Amino acid sequence: MTTHHDASWATETEPAAPAPITPADVADAARLVSFGLQAKLLPARDVEYAELVRRHREDPPFARLADAIATGMGLVVLEVSPRAGMAVAAAEDSLFAVRMGDYSRRAASESTDRFLHGLAHLAVAAMAFPRPEDLADDTYLGRITVNGVDAFVRQACRRLEEQADAEGANTDPQSDAPGLEAAWRVWARRTATGATKDARRLSGSTIGIVAKAVLFLVDSGFLQKVSDDSGGTYRTTARYQLQVRDLAGSAAMAELLDLGVVPVSDGTASLLPPDTSDELVADAGLPFHSL
Amino acid sequence: MTAIADPPTEPGLRPSVGPAAVPSAGPAVVRPAPGPAADEGLARRLKALACTAPLHDLDNRKVNLAGEYGGYAMAEVGLAAIDLVTLNMDFDTGADREIVLARLLPRVAAQAAGRPAAEHERVARWVLESLINVGSVDRGFRAVYGTFGADGEYVRRDYDFKLIEEVPGPDGGVYLRTTDEAVNVLVGALDTDVTSAQIAAEVKLEVLIRRGRLADAQLAAEQARYRTVQFAETLRRALDATRRNVRAVDWMRAIPDLIEEALDHIADRYRHENAILTNIRKARDEAEDPEHKRRAAELVDIVKDCIRRHTQLQTRLLEAGPLFRAEQDRQAFATPGARSGIDLYGQLLAPVLRLPVEQAVRPTDAFFARGAGLRTPASVRVADLVDLLLTPPVEREHLGAELPDPDLVATPDDSRFSEAQLEAALVLLDLPPDAPRRLSGLLADARKQDPDLPYLVALLAVHAASPPVGTAYRQGEERLLFAVDDGTPLRDREFGGADLIVGSALLDAVGMAADRKDAG
Repeated sequence: MTTHHDASWATETEPAAPAPITPADVADAARLVSFGLQAKLLPARDVEYAELVRRHREDPPFARLADAIATGMGLVVLEVSPRAGMAVAAAEDSLFAVRMGDYSRRAASESTDRFLHGLAHLAVAAMAFPRPEDLADDTYLGRITVNGVDAFVRQACRRLEEQADAEGANTDPQSDAPGLEAAWRVWARRTATGATKDARRLSGSTIGIVAKAVLFLVDSGFLQKVSDDSGGTYRTTARYQLQVRDLAGSAAMAELLDLGVVPVSDGTASLLPPDTSDELVADAGLPFHSL
Repeated sequence: MTAIADPPTEPGLRPSVGPAAVPSAGPAVVRPAPGPAADEGLARRLKALACTAPLHDLDNRKVNLAGEYGGYAMAEVGLAAIDLVTLNMDFDTGADREIVLARLLPRVAAQAAGRPAAEHERVARWVLESLINVGSVDRGFRAVYGTFGADGEYVRRDYDFKLIEEVPGPDGGVYLRTTDEAVNVLVGALDTDVTSAQIAAEVKLEVLIRRGRLADAQLAAEQARYRTVQFAETLRRALDATRRNVRAVDWMRAIPDLIEEALDHIADRYRHENAILTNIRKARDEAEDPEHKRRAAELVDIVKDCIRRHTQLQTRLLEAGPLFRAEQDRQAFATPGARSGIDLYGQLLAPVLRLPVEQAVRPTDAFFARGAGLRTPASVRVADLVDLLLTPPVEREHLGAELPDPDLVATPDDSRFSEAQLEAALVLLDLPPDAPRRLSGLLADARKQDPDLPYLVALLAVHAASPPVGTAYRQGEERLLFAVDDGTPLRDREFGGADLIVGSALLDAVGMAADRKDAG
């Protein structure tokens, strides 16, 4: 009787004492990770998922348990929130990682195709989040179209071509060293689209390559289809923003730095250097210059 | 914004750069070209020459086709195909492949009249596909040419170009567009300034028409039309880029200038082309020689097409301003976030595109590995394997699901008036043009026939108060019912309002037809 009283008194005054982990807790934590692996599932659509996400946020020992399970399985936890669910990404060499060779058979053998497929993914992200703040703003929803991504890259290639022309540089690659060809030329010279016998997209064309990337991202839970306009219109999900911001962007940037290219940014978008030196005509609608 | 350090030179990749690549003539190796400028000029001419190679190649390769194709002049068909694609290119989309093929067929058929139509079609298709170069993965052509580098070594370079390219249309279809290279091959004027060439072509055209040299005038008019298409193409690209990203296009200087120039150009062309049109029409109507007449008629068509293209261009130009403002609202005035992210374009995409492809593949690989998402691997069980192997392959549905036949319900005939009543009313209103009548009289006549008829007559008379003049003009009708209110009130036991004067007006159908034809 006395001991029982002592015990209950102890639990009331020392709430910080950790409750022992039960097999049920482990099962719940593993269940949360398995929800996280189903990338298209959202907490808003599943009561159990929402409850587990809530528990992850409010119950630190449970959160640690779930994170440990994910790490053990070769996953990186990006965020656990009601909007993104348990956003997990595959760690390097994880069982869940996607290899380029599995993604496209042609990309495994052809280095130019390998580059084009990788660039398509980068371009989709760049088009979805055109400004640095878009990537940082959690509420931002990007919107892309398949044809738009291709046109966007082509426009960038054209600018580089014009720049090279203005500098008088000969960008035609040497025949015996195709690896030294400027990367923009590879995209520019590949056909944008092409007629096929069965009215499907030409898989080797740049639009075909972008479409493949977009469909893959839809399966990854990163994009949602909005309509069929312009080769398919899609909007981004919170998970995609996390993935690009916290993992992919920095990984690609690290490689660039490794190559000796140092991209400098002051945090503003760099698509066109601002020029405010001239007076604008008021109320002209367009930025026409005063004469 | 972006600084690029010198790319590390990798000597292993350039085995030919160095003494080994120099011809083994010893120390007396002399550069054959007197200077880099001459070398560059040579390279440019080699490239121009290369653009014509696919056309020559058509005739060389026709012997490889299974069957007798010696009778076809393939280069001619090829040039005609480039011609057709250029002229059928629209502002938004390219040329429709089937239309191009259909217009190409008469020429192919004329070359070998005795052969079956299926063969003609095969030839047309083969030529078009050869010009796209369907077999290659890039769907383009490559020519190799040599230049001397800064340190005197001879370097072979690849020149990649396309003649006809396939572009996506708004309906998801694939359309054709000719490239600048192709237009250069076609027109023969290499790298000329679009506007100055346009002005030259115009002046020439006016002079030629005045002198009655219609054959030459037609040539000049066609060239002017190619310039117009080129101009529209430049604008289309700029507007397209704006739609995607306001900052990708220089809205401070380049685009306003371009729009201004284009609007000036259109205003100018409108005046000129209408003047030309009047001149040629005169030439067409006064010409006695049938050949002369035919050429003049063709010229009228070409100039009309030019005017149509300008109208289209102008519509786009008017949309450019609102488009820019809407995009700016969307992009520039969004509240900036608290944190700053990576500038994906400026810090990643643009620097990557500048790199040599063998280096660029590293950042893109890294981005793909971390950015493509994860896949849960499927684990195979023997039980599933058996099921999988025994499942018959799913046949691809070309046509999609069958549409159910809609159940049609006959709608009840709830017309207020019968056909016979309408007939009777129209007979009543079929007034002689010189004798209009008062509505009150018409109503009284109608009431004698049928108590319901006055309602219909009144309805038709009220409609005639605002006669459909535009429709009558377009449809070329000869007479039109009208009604005028002269202030006399209508005294009737069923109807109120004005006692309209109802009459028929005769229209000059022949004159209107001529007007319509000229205006179209």
